[in-house]
Amino acid sequence: MTPLSRTARSLIAVFALGWTVLLAAADRDYGLTPVRIADDTWVLVGRSEDFSFANGGNIVNTAFIVTQAGVVVIDSGPSRAYGEQLKRAIARITDKPVSLVLNTHHHPDHFLGNQAFAPASLAALPATIKGIHSEGGSLNENMYRLAGDWMAGTEPVAPARPLTAGPLEMGGHRLELIALAGHTEADLVILDRSTGVLFAGDLVFNGRTPTTPHADLPRWQAALDQLEKTSFTALVPGHGPVAGDTGPIRQTRTWLAWLDRQLRQAADDGLDMTEVLTLPLPAEFRGLAVVDAEYRRSVGQLYPAYEQRALSGERRKP
Amino acid sequence: MKKQALAALTALWMACACSAGHAAAPAERRTDPLDSPRWADMRKEMFPATAQVIFDDRVKVTAPLTAENAMNVPVSVDASALNGVREVLVFADFNPIVRIVRFEPSGAHAALGFRIKLQQSTPVRAAVRTADGIWHVGGTWVNTAGGGCTLPSTGSGSPEWQKRLGEVSSRVWARKEGGERIRLRIIHPIDTGLAAGIPAFFLQDLDLSDDQGKALMHIEGFEPIAENPVFTVDIPATRAAAAYRVSGRDNNGNAISAAIEK
Repeated sequence: MTPLSRTARSLIAVFALGWTVLLAAADRDYGLTPVRIADDTWVLVGRSEDFSFANGGNIVNTAFIVTQAGVVVIDSGPSRAYGEQLKRAIARITDKPVSLVLNTHHHPDHFLGNQAFAPASLAALPATIKGIHSEGGSLNENMYRLAGDWMAGTEPVAPARPLTAGPLEMGGHRLELIALAGHTEADLVILDRSTGVLFAGDLVFNGRTPTTPHADLPRWQAALDQLEKTSFTALVPGHGPVAGDTGPIRQTRTWLAWLDRQLRQAADDGLDMTEVLTLPLPAEFRGLAVVDAEYRRSVGQLYPAYEQRALSGERRKP
Repeated sequence: MKKQALAALTALWMACACSAGHAAAPAERRTDPLDSPRWADMRKEMFPATAQVIFDDRVKVTAPLTAENAMNVPVSVDASALNGVREVLVFADFNPIVRIVRFEPSGAHAALGFRIKLQQSTPVRAAVRTADGIWHVGGTWVNTAGGGCTLPSTGSGSPEWQKRLGEVSSRVWARKEGGERIRLRIIHPIDTGLAAGIPAFFLQDLDLSDDQGKALMHIEGFEPIAENPVFTVDIPATRAAAAYRVSGRDNNGNAISAAIEK
């Protein structure tokens, strides 16, 4: 490290500390209210919106299960403040400590609350841990841009404990960890066999348009196939209200299948990306929250690959 | 003396009034429709002082109002409503490197689709010089969280592009409106030189011609063109050919040469 960069780093550290101290006193309140959906099981439903200064990044569903061996938290929210407020909300319901925090995948609203919890309690699939290590910094920076001072003092913390798929007994709750992929490289789904609650993470959206920054659409569809065959009593999607049936799974599938057809067709028709952005959306999707913005984002994220397929020489071969 | 000055002023006013009266397009305006504080600088930097520069709605610049990915912002320029287009210069007022691309549509439609890197929210403009020497300027604001120009390309972090540098994939479509559309993608990392330790590396010249070697479009690229650039070019029916060719080079002298077959 050069002397200059050391000085620069010290200055940044002092500056960051200053802000942390200043802003810690003025933590914004997410108004988190856990809703009981099954025995020992609470969900905190976020808004069906984009990240913004107004919502502080609380567009995500988090959940917790109170077991005899401690509390299992599923996703920690978009910021340090969210994580701390989640911990306080749990403490209002039980005096059991949080013994396990599961990050379903490496998107910022699902792990940036990790700081609030004991490092040893954090766990995720190996590719999620890797994703937080490699992209956590830039995802965190982007959240500061989008949510402003709600993010005060937030730093990415990657879980140290890698999870493997399979059963996990936790204080009387028979959990099943299901390792899937498609929304990101690793999507953890948790089925609580004791209550029948299925925590689907961002493989399932309900009433809100799915996000696709790391999506692999065929793998995502395969994951949805598997979820649709899983029996459950309640389905907790990553975004949108809790459901009692497979409706949100089919809704997510329908959107992704349409998006795939739309982009493939556009690329085969030789459309420029600016032309794809102006194509009208079918009426059936008008009811999905933030559909226009997510469509635009998905075109930007996914269209180059469809374009490349349409332009490559492969297609000419019979 | 005073009288002379007054007469001169009157004459000047008459001349202005007349030329305004003669202007064919009602769309012409003399103040920046994008209301950018940088326009006066742009006017000085991009055009000779003596050039006639007008705002003209017939120059269409299409880009998303909000660009989510500042490294890859799609932009289409269409000046085909104007006759006698000689060259088109695309620039962004607030980019650290203002010039994006310049093209001469000698045989192609006066239109080009491409993708760019933006550092912050900015007007993106196309200035179109017609045969009479007048510059017609159109544009649109693009809002973005930014950072696109000072990040390294993903290519520069991987050895993959070195093996495939300059590789072209392309395809030709018949257009409903008549004529043909060529889309092509070139493997190139395109670094702006603004990311620490990574020198500027970009496509400098591209020539699109038909299989007889007759020119269709000359494209001069600058640093803010996005990585692995994709271009969309439309060819009028009168210039449609059995096949096409693209050739050119980057600023390090690496050649690009490929047939574009149907």
